[in-house]
Amino acid sequence: MKFPERWLREFCDSPLSAEELGERLTMAGLELESLEPVAPPFTGVVTARILSAEPHPNADKLRVCQVDVGGEAPLQIVCGAPNARAGIVVPCALVGAQLPGGLAIKRAKLRGVESQGMLCSARELGLSEDHSGLLELDPALPVGADVRQVLELDEAVFDVSLTPNRADCLSILGIAREVSALTEAPLHPPRIDPVAATLDAVRPIRLAAPEACPRYLGRVIRGVDAKRPTPEWMRRRLERSGVRAIHLLVDITNYVMLELGQPLHAFDEATLQGGITVRWAQPGETLALLNEQRITLAPDVLVIADEGGPLAMAGIMGGEGSGITLDTTDVFLESAFFAPAAVAGRARRYGFVSEASHRFERGVDPELPRRALERATALVLELAGGSAGPINEAVASEHLPRRGPIRLRPEKVPAVLGIPVTPERVVSLLRRDFLDVRQEEGAIVAQAPSWRFDLALEEDLIEEVARLHGYDEIPALTPLAPMAPLPVPEAERTNAEVRARLVLRDYHEVITYAFIDEALERELLANEDPILLANPIARNMNAMRSSLWPGLLQALQTNRKRQQARVRLFELGRCFLRDESAGATVAGFAQPLRLAALAAGPAGAEQWGASPRPVDFYDLKGDLEALLAPLTPRFEPAPHPALHPGRSARVLLEGQPIGWIGELHPEWVQRLELGTAPQLFELALEAVRHRPIPRYLPVSRQPVVQRDLAFVVDANVPAQALLDALHGESPVWVRQITLFDVYQGQGVEPGKRSLAFRFTLQHDEHTLTDEEIESLLQRLRARLETEFGARLRQQ
Amino acid sequence: MIDPDGLVEAARQAFAAATDPAELERVKARFLGKAGVVTEALKSLANLPLDERKRAGAAINRAKAQIETLLEEAREALARSRLEAQLAAQALDVTLPGRNGSIGGLHPVTRTLERVEALFRSMGFSSVDGPEIETDWHNFTALNTPADHPARSMHDTFYLQGRDDVVLRTHTSPVQIRAMLEHTARHREAASMPDLRVIVPGRVYRVDSDATHSPMFHQLEGLWVGRDVAFAHLKGIIASFLRAFFETEALAVRFRPSFFPFTEPSAEIDVRFTSGALEGRWLEIAGCGMVHPQVLRNGGFDPESVRGFAFGMGLDRLTMLRYGINDLRLFFESDLRFLAQFR
Repeated sequence: MKFPERWLREFCDSPLSAEELGERLTMAGLELESLEPVAPPFTGVVTARILSAEPHPNADKLRVCQVDVGGEAPLQIVCGAPNARAGIVVPCALVGAQLPGGLAIKRAKLRGVESQGMLCSARELGLSEDHSGLLELDPALPVGADVRQVLELDEAVFDVSLTPNRADCLSILGIAREVSALTEAPLHPPRIDPVAATLDAVRPIRLAAPEACPRYLGRVIRGVDAKRPTPEWMRRRLERSGVRAIHLLVDITNYVMLELGQPLHAFDEATLQGGITVRWAQPGETLALLNEQRITLAPDVLVIADEGGPLAMAGIMGGEGSGITLDTTDVFLESAFFAPAAVAGRARRYGFVSEASHRFERGVDPELPRRALERATALVLELAGGSAGPINEAVASEHLPRRGPIRLRPEKVPAVLGIPVTPERVVSLLRRDFLDVRQEEGAIVAQAPSWRFDLALEEDLIEEVARLHGYDEIPALTPLAPMAPLPVPEAERTNAEVRARLVLRDYHEVITYAFIDEALERELLANEDPILLANPIARNMNAMRSSLWPGLLQALQTNRKRQQARVRLFELGRCFLRDESAGATVAGFAQPLRLAALAAGPAGAEQWGASPRPVDFYDLKGDLEALLAPLTPRFEPAPHPALHPGRSARVLLEGQPIGWIGELHPEWVQRLELGTAPQLFELALEAVRHRPIPRYLPVSRQPVVQRDLAFVVDANVPAQALLDALHGESPVWVRQITLFDVYQGQGVEPGKRSLAFRFTLQHDEHTLTDEEIESLLQRLRARLETEFGARLRQQ
Repeated sequence: MIDPDGLVEAARQAFAAATDPAELERVKARFLGKAGVVTEALKSLANLPLDERKRAGAAINRAKAQIETLLEEAREALARSRLEAQLAAQALDVTLPGRNGSIGGLHPVTRTLERVEALFRSMGFSSVDGPEIETDWHNFTALNTPADHPARSMHDTFYLQGRDDVVLRTHTSPVQIRAMLEHTARHREAASMPDLRVIVPGRVYRVDSDATHSPMFHQLEGLWVGRDVAFAHLKGIIASFLRAFFETEALAVRFRPSFFPFTEPSAEIDVRFTSGALEGRWLEIAGCGMVHPQVLRNGGFDPESVRGFAFGMGLDRLTMLRYGINDLRLFFESDLRFLAQFR
């Protein structure tokens, strides 16, 4: 809500300065967005009359003007504006003037002709963006007068941002009421007298949807002159309130809307056929709107119709066919109350908002239409001439908003706010706020004024009390509460602990968008039914991710473009999958939290003592194992659409699949232009967070024995299979089996490889005998030999 | 006649001249060996008269003992200097960089998140979580924002294809409803309902993108429902949290009336740093208010017996202020040159 200071002060002249008033409004919930003079600072600009404008001898587009600025002799000024002509009054920047943007005016020669100042456009004075020509002023203005004074350019313009509950402040009157309530300065609402009818012309009105429009007033005014100019004072107030002046009749309706808050609509009476009906739109009806949009009306759109069909979207926008033009002589003025629910959301649905819909969907005072119509009629008669018929009012009282009195228990105020407030103070604050208040046994009973749609509950009144009392006056208190420990589940790592593990292993955390390119969902992740956004912000951000990998790969691309060779990233975030099972928190979707990591480029940071090598599967696998330790996951070769088929594994923990690890598929390395293949893993966060609570076992005092065995087996036998067999064959006193060497090459026949294991042996109760150890090793050898054809490697 | 003192002195000099153990042992033989000077000196006493022999013998034996001590000392000195030479040869350049010393870092928003969680936890708030694809009911309706409510235009909502009953949550407030319903269901049978104190950090989504808006960003929701909760406590909690978060007392906090459909009274919270790099104008940092009675009801509470307050603030904004970051988009670009500044 934008408005000039003087208009407000006409209705409520508080002793506060403009700045103080802005601050007071902000602290009452009407946030001051800006407070600026109408024009930015400039000096030395006066009104001037052009006496003559002759062509410049050396330039086609310039003219040499003789200009009267009230001095003894006219000034000679060279000017390029197309409208420079004798007789008009324009702003003239004298030599020495400072214009907005720091331009200083000096005596100058333009193409050899002396120029003693500059004639100005609106843009040059910072008044608007209009630079089409000189700003033509009222020719009746005296010459030589300071432009800032005659145009009142030092007037402050307030721009106040209003929350949706305060539609009552969408007018000068509304702001003035608020200022009065806040400062106790008296309110001077405009005096509105009924305009007596001098015609008997009446257009019938029928309320066919009284729940949506319970009150509709119309009035015929004949013989107006729509071509008369809008008076300067009205034009100025409209423009300073951010409303463009259009032509007189429209300007009057806008002026009354800004002044009182009642949106009005003026129809060209000559275009109307028969009675007016306010009704819901019928299937298939269309309407060409004033904004040149042609729409098909949905059945929940309220329309103003005549016998020929819809004329306007009620409370939203008029139709093109019945609108006022400069040739209009007879007017049908509408002033109505439309229920917020009947207007809400409709304009947005058709892709626009209007001043009217903005107000009606938030709530316009249902008692205002008559006063506003009288006010508009008086202005029309005064400024455009004509004669008015009587007001025809249709009303369905039972559908008017009916707000009963609100009961406020006085003890609730201190309880909710936490400060002592006496009932007397509550009563006085509410009265200042235009509520009709009486005190009853144990309650304050308050009737909110008809313009306050936001006051219905006890809490609403408490807010009003707090607001007028001042939020600043409420102290910040430290609450007292019973002390009780919050749970610290030891079997669950916190997200912070999970992240810390990866950070210490040299990964940087990233946060990537949850919406990704549908193509990546379909092709990289082979998701045939991606979850798609109805209104994505960009075409390549239209699908909800079912994996964190696309985001990490994009992050890798970004860093590759910025010459980062070694990239190690992780993300902890939600993924989104379709899930028709009954347990979903939001039906139809699983939204698991996952943890994913990516490593690409050199395995280690560049270092003098280590030769560089690219990061590989086992580096990442080690990081994954460290993440889950002390639990040990298993890795099962399995294909994944995004991964290299020979370098991809499903990760299992305690028999349950918890994620994937592998190297990006070479096709994707190429397609994403990554150069070298990144290694990736992704795990269910829940699994990563799980950790066993340690259980102490006595430490054996018996000596430890180590034995090594190396086996030669077919190269395609997985190490895990051998380990499983060895573990299966081992008694409890085999404390550890470590695979410490893998060898292929000289001494091992082609197609085979050698795997060397170290066995750490320690019995709980006695020193192991050579016989026990020998017999164990014998069993282990035999097991691998029969199961895998393994041979003991000869040293 | 042998001079025992001269003998000792000769041995001292000879031992000192020896530079390695083998030489030292040869020198030792010269003095103490079977044919060494000491043995020879003792032998030469045989012809002396008894008295003289005893005296001279004692003197030579003293000298022998002294020489043996000197030998021990020489051996130790030699061993020590050899060890010193060996250690000197093993010296490293301790200024060469160590191995595998690099670490990663947390995203700056996560840093903030973890500090915020710790601060609120210290005040008895536990952290809860909720879905990001959320039902329209939880996101809007249960929070007093039915369809077509003008307040919905404050949120530019992402919708999903084929499902008009769900949205990408536009704020973390729907988790208020979930937390209240869960709490009231769990304690339905309790003699008195315990207070509910939670925070909800999380990602939220709005159709908006420029230097100060991202289509995905982070909010922190807080909720306290209990018997004696008042607006003044809300002010107390928020002000003390903000001063603890920014680790300064030079922070003015102001509450001004505002509107949210789910709180009444509602307030916007502004902060102004009164010294330091951020000193200057008021900065909008959060919205808050007393939980609307209908919202309490939607959460399973009886608004006649409890009250609550709730607040929501931008984690990204807190992070930007804390670390002097001026462009929100940096958070989501994953640029290591940016991220590596936060370790």
